[in-house]
Amino acid sequence: MLEIKNLQVGLEEEDKQILKGVDLNICAGEVHAIMGPNGSGKSTLSYVLSGKDGYEVTGGSAALNGEELLEMEPEERAAAGLFLAFQYPVEIPGVGNMTFLRTAVNAQRKARGEDELSAGEFLKVIRAKAKDLEIDADMLKRPVNVGFSGGEKKRNEILQMAMLEPKMCILDETDSGLDVDAMKLVSHGVNALRDAGRSFLVITHYQRLLDHIKPDVVHIMANGRIIKSGGPELALEVENNGYADLLAEVA
Amino acid sequence: MSLDTDVKDGVDQDTVDAVREVGGAYKYGWETEIEMDYAPIGVNEDIVRLISEKNAEPEWMTEWRLQAFERWKQMKEPEWAMVDYPKIDYQDIYYYASPKSMAEKPKSLDDVDPKLLETYKKLGIPLKEQMILAGVEGAENMDAEAPRKVAVDAVFDSVSVGTTFQEELKKAGVIFCSISEAIQDHPELVKKYLGTVVPQSDNFFATLNSAVFSDGSFVYVPPNTKCPMELSTYFRINAENTGQFERTLIIADKGSYVSYLEGCTAPMRDTNQLHAAVVELVLEDDAEIKYSTVQNWYPGDENGKGGIYNFVTKRADCRGARSKVMWTQVETGSAVTWKYPSCILRGDDSQGEFYSIAIANNMQQADTGTKMVHLGKRTKSRIVSKGISAGKAQNTYRGLVSMHPRAKDSRNYTQCDSLLIGDKCGAHTVPYIEVKNNSSRVEHEATTSKVDDDQLFYCRQRGMDEEEAVALVVNGFCKEVLQALPMEFAMEAQALVAISLEGSVG
Repeated sequence: MLEIKNLQVGLEEEDKQILKGVDLNICAGEVHAIMGPNGSGKSTLSYVLSGKDGYEVTGGSAALNGEELLEMEPEERAAAGLFLAFQYPVEIPGVGNMTFLRTAVNAQRKARGEDELSAGEFLKVIRAKAKDLEIDADMLKRPVNVGFSGGEKKRNEILQMAMLEPKMCILDETDSGLDVDAMKLVSHGVNALRDAGRSFLVITHYQRLLDHIKPDVVHIMANGRIIKSGGPELALEVENNGYADLLAEVA
Repeated sequence: MSLDTDVKDGVDQDTVDAVREVGGAYKYGWETEIEMDYAPIGVNEDIVRLISEKNAEPEWMTEWRLQAFERWKQMKEPEWAMVDYPKIDYQDIYYYASPKSMAEKPKSLDDVDPKLLETYKKLGIPLKEQMILAGVEGAENMDAEAPRKVAVDAVFDSVSVGTTFQEELKKAGVIFCSISEAIQDHPELVKKYLGTVVPQSDNFFATLNSAVFSDGSFVYVPPNTKCPMELSTYFRINAENTGQFERTLIIADKGSYVSYLEGCTAPMRDTNQLHAAVVELVLEDDAEIKYSTVQNWYPGDENGKGGIYNFVTKRADCRGARSKVMWTQVETGSAVTWKYPSCILRGDDSQGEFYSIAIANNMQQADTGTKMVHLGKRTKSRIVSKGISAGKAQNTYRGLVSMHPRAKDSRNYTQCDSLLIGDKCGAHTVPYIEVKNNSSRVEHEATTSKVDDDQLFYCRQRGMDEEEAVALVVNGFCKEVLQALPMEFAMEAQALVAISLEGSVG
């Protein structure tokens, strides 16, 4: 599904290397988690994969189902099936949540040469999916993320994911700012989307999210590289001992 | 979820489709090839008499024009607005241009030159008496109520080519015709109201208009009558080097209601053209007028070549108690805009509202706003202005709120938001506030923001391309004003917002 080879990335504005050769291979249907201390490059990886401005790729490659991602515009990557659940979802005043989503869904469908959803069809689908995430009609009407609580914003991201039905989902610290109940709700939403044709890359600081979203592989990232990969037990090890031992091991 | 929300969703999608279809260019830039009858170039007493004669006006009207012309000769062009354009040579403009086929006024729409009918059809304004303006069929909130009718008066350069639904309106007692017809057929009404809201010598451009206006629309709604359909005037400048000076007079008698729409376009030309209109609204007790404008005159090219100079005086006189006027404008066109639709809140408990979207892209300059003059007791006004600047454009909001000593317990609320796209444009807010009593309240809020890269990236990550994303964000910024427009115009306006910002990113 997602194949990253020796990816090296710096900042455009200053001479600073952030990713120093990342290798990652996620097969269809797998859930991978990336953990790591602050500043290790986790969020940068998610931004570079989705095409945010401000980064310069200095080496390596990233392919989604064999298609070279790094050459594409952000919207082309989205239409190809890449989705990023933002750590800080952006507010768009005056634009109804539904309008936003319908514009997005139809933009992707159009890009893929599919028919657009009619207002009626769209409404039917979104109502069902919103209900599962305990998102009420009012929240669908309100402007995108404006005045949403932390939990509402994150649930809204998952709703967008459910509506867009991407193949490769990247969740950037989706658990940050969530209470226990909200985390359960979000995790439930994610788990409902797991299937053989869809993969996940879950970026998190805490093992507790991985209690709910069970990963197949856990990677530890530090200083722009993946320094260790393993099974779910690796996350527990970090939870108990911190990153210090692992970092020492590599050094 | 209400049906209403659903429809708004549909509208936004249509915006995006419209943008795709249009693909960047000014959509109305073509020209109609038609034989024209011009008055000699320039302006003098003879020209004023000639225009009056062309319209077969009674002598009192000719005299009125000449009086205005005398005054105009003494006046100077205003220079206080934040706009900059080369000096206009008023003797190098044609003041009257009419299609030859209009020399004898057609008796009905069937007699109108097919070339003219074709022109309006191409603009999406069919002059057949059909149900609805183009573009709204299938709008989903329509099925509940009967399809809405819109009566159209079409003004081509200096003359009105036809007015639809006149018979049906007559049954309701509503008069809707060109002002040249009104001067002949309803002289008592014209005499009573013309120039009573915008006096002959109000300002340089209004005075010039008083002398040389050639046509425009006239509406009279009798007491206790709700006008049975939306009325609209569609202005088209076609001829080269020709100024358009139209005059609109709308009278809403006691307890009446009318909603009026106005649209404007012009061909693309390298030279600038002058458009100096006057609009007067009169509201008696308990009357209500909604006046909506979508101004899309040719804005000039991206280097500032060509485009319309739009110098317009619009004013509503709420002379009756409890009368209410609402101006809504979407100003996307013109090279230079100088326009301040105003409300004189004379009647006690009268209300004035002003909703504005002004977009300036490339080299466009807009200096626009409103005046709310509170004279009566407990009068209320509300101003919502959304200015959007892109390219190298300059966009100024200029507004006056004045509370007179007698205007006890009056209130004003002003909200003035500016949005910048790119770093070469400017937004300016110039509020004038005068309060001369101690029981009135004036509130003013202003914000300036930039279209945020994070917002655009968020939209694009979800699959929208950059222009779609900008259109969505800007339409969100303008939402309050778009909602104030009638359905027909809301869609056109949303599409325009997107189109006029094309090329502003990337």
